[in-house]
Amino acid sequence: MILYTLKRFALTIPVAIGVSVVCFLLVHIAPGDPLTAVLPTDASAELQAQMRSLYGFDKPLPVQYGLWIWRVLHGDLGQSIATGRPVVSEVFNAVINSIIVAAAATSIGFLAGGILGIVAGYYQNTWIDRLASIISSLGVSVPHYWLGIVLVIIFSVQLGWLPATGGGPGGSGNRSLDWAYLQFLVLPAITMSVIPMGIIARSVRALVGEILTQDFVQALAAKGLTDRKVFQHVLKNAAPTAFAVMGLQLGYLLGGSILIETVFSWPGTGFLLNAAIFQRDLPLLQGTILVLAMFFVILNLLVDLLQSLIDPRVQRS
Amino acid sequence: MTPNQALETQPVIARSPGYWHGVIKRFSRNHVAMGALIVILGLILMAVFAAYIAPADPIKGSMLRRLKPIGTPGFPLGADELGRDMLSRLIYGARLSLLMGLSPVPIAFVIGSLLGITAGYVGGLTNSLIMRTIDVFYAFPSVLLAVALSGALGAGLTNALISITLVFIPPITRVAESVTTQVRGLDYIDAARASGASSYTIIRVHILGNVLGPIFVYATGLVSVSMILASGLSFLGLGVRPPDPEWGLMLNTLRTAIYTQPLVAALPGAMIFLTSIAFNIVADGLRGAMDVKS
Repeated sequence: MILYTLKRFALTIPVAIGVSVVCFLLVHIAPGDPLTAVLPTDASAELQAQMRSLYGFDKPLPVQYGLWIWRVLHGDLGQSIATGRPVVSEVFNAVINSIIVAAAATSIGFLAGGILGIVAGYYQNTWIDRLASIISSLGVSVPHYWLGIVLVIIFSVQLGWLPATGGGPGGSGNRSLDWAYLQFLVLPAITMSVIPMGIIARSVRALVGEILTQDFVQALAAKGLTDRKVFQHVLKNAAPTAFAVMGLQLGYLLGGSILIETVFSWPGTGFLLNAAIFQRDLPLLQGTILVLAMFFVILNLLVDLLQSLIDPRVQRS
Repeated sequence: MTPNQALETQPVIARSPGYWHGVIKRFSRNHVAMGALIVILGLILMAVFAAYIAPADPIKGSMLRRLKPIGTPGFPLGADELGRDMLSRLIYGARLSLLMGLSPVPIAFVIGSLLGITAGYVGGLTNSLIMRTIDVFYAFPSVLLAVALSGALGAGLTNALISITLVFIPPITRVAESVTTQVRGLDYIDAARASGASSYTIIRVHILGNVLGPIFVYATGLVSVSMILASGLSFLGLGVRPPDPEWGLMLNTLRTAIYTQPLVAALPGAMIFLTSIAFNIVADGLRGAMDVKS
C-alpha cells in the first residue's frame, strides 16, 4: 500500500507540473500584450518598460515561469485586474460555492443513476433495462445549459416554486442550512445531476451485469443464500468502481459547471471564469483555471488511492 | 505492378467490402439508428439548402414584430427578441451549429490517431514523450479546457473550433495508443514480420486495418459531445457572434424572453438536443454494427 501510494504520487507530480505550465502559458497565447489590460492605451514607452520589468515580462519565459510558480507555491496568485483584490480570495470563495452545487449534483446523480443502473443490470434486456438505457442516453446528450433554462421556465416562471437565478437570498452570499438558501440550490443541482446520472447508470449497469456472470455469484446461490443476500454481495463488488466513477464526476462537474453556473448566475468558479474572460482579467483567468485543474488532479489521485484501499486488487493492474 | 504484388494485395481488397457490407446490413436493421441517421441527413440538407427553405431573412428584423408567439400568421415558430423570424433563424442556424459541432471531431481524429498509433507502434521514449504530454491535457476537465483556451485566445468562430479540436485530441490519442499497443503485441504481427513484411506494410495493412475501426467508433461517440460543447461556447459568447444565427447563441440572446415567450426561448436548445441525441444514437448503432467492444 505504501509503495503503491508513493508510486501513484510520483506519477502525479509530472502531470501537476505540466498542468501548471499549461496554465502559465495560457496568458502567453492570449493575443496582444498582457500589459494592455493593465495599462491605459496612451501609456508612455517609459511606463510600459517599467511595468514590464515589474511584472517580469522582460525576462525569458522559463525564468518567468519559475518566478510565477514560486509565488503560486506561496499562495500568491496575483491580483485581479478588474477588482484589484488578490485572486486567491476571489477563487477561494467561488470554489466553495462550486463545490456545494457540484457535491449536491453528484449525490443526486449517484443516487438516481445507481438505482437505475442496478435495476437495469439486474433485469438485463427487459423493458426496465431499455427504459433505463433511454434515460441515461437522454442524460448524456441533453445540452445541460438548455435543460437549466427549461427547468427555470417550468419551475420558476410557470409554477413560481423556486427562484430562477442567484446564489442566496438577496444576493447576500451567506450560506445557511435553511430553505431560504437551499431553494437557490435546487434547480442548478438537479440540472447538473443529469450528466453524472447518465454516466453512473451506464457504468453500474455494465458492472452489475458483469458481476452476475461470475462464478462466485452462482456459488453463493448454490450455497442456499437468499436472493437478497446474493444481491448484497453483488453490490459490495460493484461499489469501489462506482465510487471511483462518482469521484471523477465530481471533478468534472467542478470544472465543467461554467455553463450551468452562468444560466443560474450561481456565484461559483464558472461564473468567475466568465467574468475573467470578458473583462480580459488574465491573472484571475489563470488562477481560477490553475486551482480547478489542480483540484481535478488531486481528486484523481485520491480516488485512485481510496479505490486501492477498498479493493487491493487495483494495485496490481 | 508485378504479379507478386497483385497476389499480396488482392485478398485485402476482396475482403474489405465484405466487412463493410456486413456493417451496413447490420446497421440498416437497427430501426432506431436508421431513424436517427435520417434526422441527421435531414438536418444537413436543411443547412445546405437553407436559402431555399427559409421563408424569411434570418438577419433582418423589425422592432414592431418583437417576440411573437408560436403560430403567429407569417411567423410559424414566432419571432425573436429583435423581431426576426424564428423558423428561418433555426434553419439557417443549422449551418454554423453543424459546422462547429462536426468539424472538430474529424480533425482531432486524424491528429489523435496519428499521435496515438505512433506512440503505440514505436513505443519506448517516443511513447512516453507523447503520452505524458497528452496526460497533462487529459488532466483538465473537457469543458474547462475548452473554455480556458477559447477564453485566452479570444472569442470567435475559429478560436472556438481550435479549442474544441484541442479538447478532443487527448482522449482520441489515448484510445489509439491503447488499441495499437494491444494489436502490436498479437502473434500475427510477429508472423508478418517473420515472413518479411516491411514496417510500412505492417502499419498500413495489419495495424491500421485493425485499429482504425475502434478509434473511429470512439470518435463518432464524441460528435454529440462536440455539438453540445460548440453551442455551449457560443452560448457563453465565445463562439459565433451576433447577428449570425447559431443555436447556442440564439439560446443565450433569447434568455431574457423566458418570461414573455418561454416556448420560443426554448426552441434553439431543442434543436441542439435533437442533433446531439441523433448523433449519439447513430454512434451507438455504429458501435453495435461494427461489433466493437467499448
